[in-house]
Amino acid sequence: MATKGWDEFEIGAMLRSFDGKAENIATTMQEDRAYSSSNSFTASVADWRIDKPVFHKDYCIDCQFCWIFCPDMSIISRDKKMIGIDMDHCKGCGICVEVCPTNPKSLLMFDEHIEDEVALAGWPEKDEGEK
Amino acid sequence: MSEIKKIKNLKDFSTSADRFEGANLLCPGCAHSIIVREVLNATNDDLVLSAATGCLEVCTAVYPYTSWDSSWIHIGFENGSTAVAGAEAMHKALKAKGRLKQDRDPKFVSFAGDGASYDIGFQWISGCFERGHNMMHVVLDNEVYANTGGQRSSATPIGGSNTTTPAGTHSYGEKRNKKDMMQIMAAHGSPYVAQVAPNKWKNMVKAIQHGLAAEGPTFLNAMSACTTEWKFAPEDTIAVSDLATDSLVFPLYEIIDGKELNITYRPKNIVPVEEYLAAQGRFKHLFKDQYKHMIQEWQDRIDGNWEYLQRREEAKV
Ligand SMILES: Cc1ncc(C[n+]2csc(CCOP(=O)(O)OP(=O)(O)O)c2C)c(N)n1
Ligand code: SF4
Ligand code: SF4
Ligand code: SF4
Ligand SMILES: [Mg+2]
Repeated sequence: MATKGWDEFEIGAMLRSFDGKAENIATTMQEDRAYSSSNSFTASVADWRIDKPVFHKDYCIDCQFCWIFCPDMSIISRDKKMIGIDMDHCKGCGICVEVCPTNPKSLLMFDEHIEDEVALAGWPEKDEGEK
Repeated sequence: MSEIKKIKNLKDFSTSADRFEGANLLCPGCAHSIIVREVLNATNDDLVLSAATGCLEVCTAVYPYTSWDSSWIHIGFENGSTAVAGAEAMHKALKAKGRLKQDRDPKFVSFAGDGASYDIGFQWISGCFERGHNMMHVVLDNEVYANTGGQRSSATPIGGSNTTTPAGTHSYGEKRNKKDMMQIMAAHGSPYVAQVAPNKWKNMVKAIQHGLAAEGPTFLNAMSACTTEWKFAPEDTIAVSDLATDSLVFPLYEIIDGKELNITYRPKNIVPVEEYLAAQGRFKHLFKDQYKHMIQEWQDRIDGNWEYLQRREEAKV
């Protein structure tokens, strides 16, 4: 192998987040971005989950606790409303359920294989013991 | 000077477009990610970021993927801070020569674990602060070398069981007390040094914005509850973090210009330290008769520290 001089470097890897022009990303929502194939957003960790969160919008008060504390950017909030869960990137940690303050909770964990409709149909009633 | 983003409440905050992406490989429930989101979402400025080797870097730059929607650099374990400092110095030089293609003023932020900050990258951080780079260094303080399997660092607290300081019949685990990085960084004369925790998001956003707006090198020690090494269930990351801040094991405070200490969060109900310890597997052995005395040692030490912080705040020193 040829030796390198003091001013010769290995070429670094550059991983591009976006295809084409990307300006004001801080205000461009995910659905409006032109992700490049090297952005991890284009990948999925859905198969990490054993349990999945299910969202019951009727009880939700849009407090956004789930949005701020989700470690995986998987709570989709638009115009200050919680509108759903990004099931490609949710790892099923359950934090969103723990921090949800409503009674009954607006988010609950279910076995990954249970259909959302079945989960929603069997949603618990308000727990009168709690406020 | 760029404008500070207005974030009055959580609903306001939730309109942020995340610049950190999913399908990174951090553990489910990892607080590193919650911290990074809060930092990135606290500003609309362009960002130049670095991460030192550790869970955050390893899990967010798995070739051929990046999870960062901004300029991001990684070099090594020890020099995440200098990587960003170099970029900052270059930006300053190009700007002075009028050679910037676009007149944008990004914020420069380096992220590093406690191992990379308290131990192995310490002299690099110290150098950045001494040279006065316009940057912010954020420690993801999970009190352990998590990425390599749980070795103790100088941020590891006394009594914790770690792979290099395991608890057993002859030892309660880590024997040394956590190094006080806040004081050390304040002693560099930094305009802003703060201890923050992601569960107290509003407090944290305020600190981030203060740090980013300040001229010069600023420092945040962000508590990062680690489900894997602290040994609690992933859904409990926020609950354990609440126990940490409300028992005052992680008091939230800031030091301005190296000399004015302010407590930034006072829990309404102070929780006994025992509850914080009991919530984590790394302290399980402390509840055996043999090591029970350590629980009182913890409480006394935490009480003493809280008193000290209050005295300093009162005296404005
Ligand atoms: C100079 C050097 N020494 C050791 C390592 C091995 N190493 C990689 S990550 C890591 C642990 C990082 O711990 P910390 O900085 O606390 O970050 P965490 O993973 O806990 O977030 C170690 C020891 C390395 N990559 N480079
Ligand atoms: S389970 Fe975890 S990853 Fe999934 S949406 Fe809830 S908080 Fe996010
Ligand atoms: S935490 Fe619960 S109530 Fe609050 S926004 Fe999320 S789902 Fe709705
Ligand atoms: S080991 Fe801890 S710090 Fe590392 S990814 Fe897992 S939870 Fe996060
Ligand atoms: Mg660490």
